Amino acid sequence: MSETRTPEKAGDIPAVEIAGMHKWFGDFHVLRDINLTVGRGERIVVCGPSGSGKSTMIRCINRLEDYQQGRVVVDGVLLTNDLKSIDEVRREVGMVFQHFNLFPHLTVMENLTLAPIWVRKMPKKKAEEVALHYLERVRIPEQANKYPGQLSGGQQQRVAIARALCMSPKIMLFDEPTSALDPEMVKEVLETMVELAESGMTMLVVTHEMGFARQVADRIVFMDEGQIVEVNVPAEFFAHPKHERTKLFLSQILN
Amino acid sequence: MRPQAFVRTEPVPAMPPPASGRGVTGWLRENLFSGPLNIVLTLLSLLVLWWIVPPLLNFLIFDAVWVGEDRAACIVTPDRPRVGACWAFVAERINFFIYGFYPVNERWRVDTFFALLAIGIVWLLATWAPNKRVAAVYFFIVLPIVSIMLLLGFAPLRLSYVPTSLWGGILVTVVVSAVGIVFSLPLGVVLALGRRSRMPAVRLFSIIFIEFVRGVPLITVLFMASVMLPLFVPEAWSPDKLLRALVGVALFAAAYMAEVVRAGLQAIPRGQYEGAQALGLSYWKMMGLIILPQALRITIPNIVNSNIALFKDTTLVFIVGIFDFLRTIEAARIDPKWATPVTSTTGYAFAALFYFICCFMMSRYARGVERRLETGHKR
Repeated sequence: MSETRTPEKAGDIPAVEIAGMHKWFGDFHVLRDINLTVGRGERIVVCGPSGSGKSTMIRCINRLEDYQQGRVVVDGVLLTNDLKSIDEVRREVGMVFQHFNLFPHLTVMENLTLAPIWVRKMPKKKAEEVALHYLERVRIPEQANKYPGQLSGGQQQRVAIARALCMSPKIMLFDEPTSALDPEMVKEVLETMVELAESGMTMLVVTHEMGFARQVADRIVFMDEGQIVEVNVPAEFFAHPKHERTKLFLSQILN
Repeated sequence: MRPQAFVRTEPVPAMPPPASGRGVTGWLRENLFSGPLNIVLTLLSLLVLWWIVPPLLNFLIFDAVWVGEDRAACIVTPDRPRVGACWAFVAERINFFIYGFYPVNERWRVDTFFALLAIGIVWLLATWAPNKRVAAVYFFIVLPIVSIMLLLGFAPLRLSYVPTSLWGGILVTVVVSAVGIVFSLPLGVVLALGRRSRMPAVRLFSIIFIEFVRGVPLITVLFMASVMLPLFVPEAWSPDKLLRALVGVALFAAAYMAEVVRAGLQAIPRGQYEGAQALGLSYWKMMGLIILPQALRITIPNIVNSNIALFKDTTLVFIVGIFDFLRTIEAARIDPKWATPVTSTTGYAFAALFYFICCFMMSRYARGVERRLETGHKR
């Protein structure tokens, strides 16, 4: 456990704090001076054109990507190259991917119970109870013994959400969760995410679903060329975008 | 033209596909005589078969000698102008081919070993066999210990000591192959992971080992193990000759296995690694639970392919004076008691038959696994 986290201070520590972060892929400066603080229970939607660094930024939060300058503090733990801090953060941060990344050789139930059993050392029986609870929450308990390949894309993504929730994370990251889905499946995944938001989960969502952003987000972060260009509450963001780049982006996707 | 609108009023029910077979002649015409080129190729193939198959059958079966005491049974006589394979020779020497110089009274121990090995293989590989975990413990822990006690001797059980210099024939071929196959897989996995490691020292060691061993013929490895090692190590410390060959074969096979496994690892999409990492799995748990099970499953056909090659390569141990199956045939075929024109050919035919049956079974197994994976769950 990190020494910076003490019980009486737990309420003051932001869920995620990114300060002056820079990241390079080789010579390419992908993230430039990122500053973002996410409070507990806050829902952040990150949007922007492709290649703007949105995914890279949220992948820095659970260290799927490292960064070269600045600092990222997640739930009071400073992310460094130290494997212990990385493991500690990953246990508390759930992630949902564009391509689901379910484990095809395991059943849905095994996908859900794997991390609780092996990382949290939960007894198998307890893990299965927890898994079933979350499968019911995403409304597919009847698929527990199937393999991911036998499910539709929307069902797979809901399994992926349930899999992340089984670790009882404090923060959930969504990396374009509906981009790889057929149009008919997008709604069921978004509904699940709305329900999750209503339960008070801290969420960072990279998405192009502006309807979802309007309905759920506390703040919207707009990125372009590796920089955060504009941050605002949804009503202001959509009605009165301040930056020229934001105006252009919104005019192109909302026409 | 006016654009046409359409609304379906009646659903089309699913129907069976139209019958495609048109009997034997239809099949022949479609597959063997569909054009001038195919007709020529078909006729040529028939001609080649006509040249090869009848003489082969004549030699192996119709003209073959099945019983006899010595060379007299298999030589050409005026009333028997054509003599095929001298199976009588194989029948008389079959115990030598199987056991080598293993003491006659102790050969039941070898038979027991074969039986235990067969049980282990079937238990481990057959899909209908239960308790694969117990099978793995049996095959990788119990079986090696019991086999050493059985074959080498174990005083508390009144099993007398049989030095490995007396082992021979199919026994040695099976032992060398089994040890090579069983040890090369875990070693190969470790080397493959090492080659993809982020730690420079581990990666460098793995690359050097793999590339060095792959760059050297197996014969050289065996020579190094059997001739050079005793030069550096005092006589008393020098391990058994067969053991040295076993180590050489296992390390050699491991280098090839490492490359096979690495190909499998490379086929696993990056999302699988990220999915496992995001759940907080450590490196070894991620590899052991997520990556390797998938990677090994898709490489099973290649693993078996390597094992088939290794099985045949074990014949090279005769170079360092170990009496493997092929070497026993070499020794027996020049025995004056059976000196006939067909003895050598018969011996080699028997060896070819043995190796073919073993390798063919392995390749059938690999094919079966492939087919099972095709119909199984997909990504």
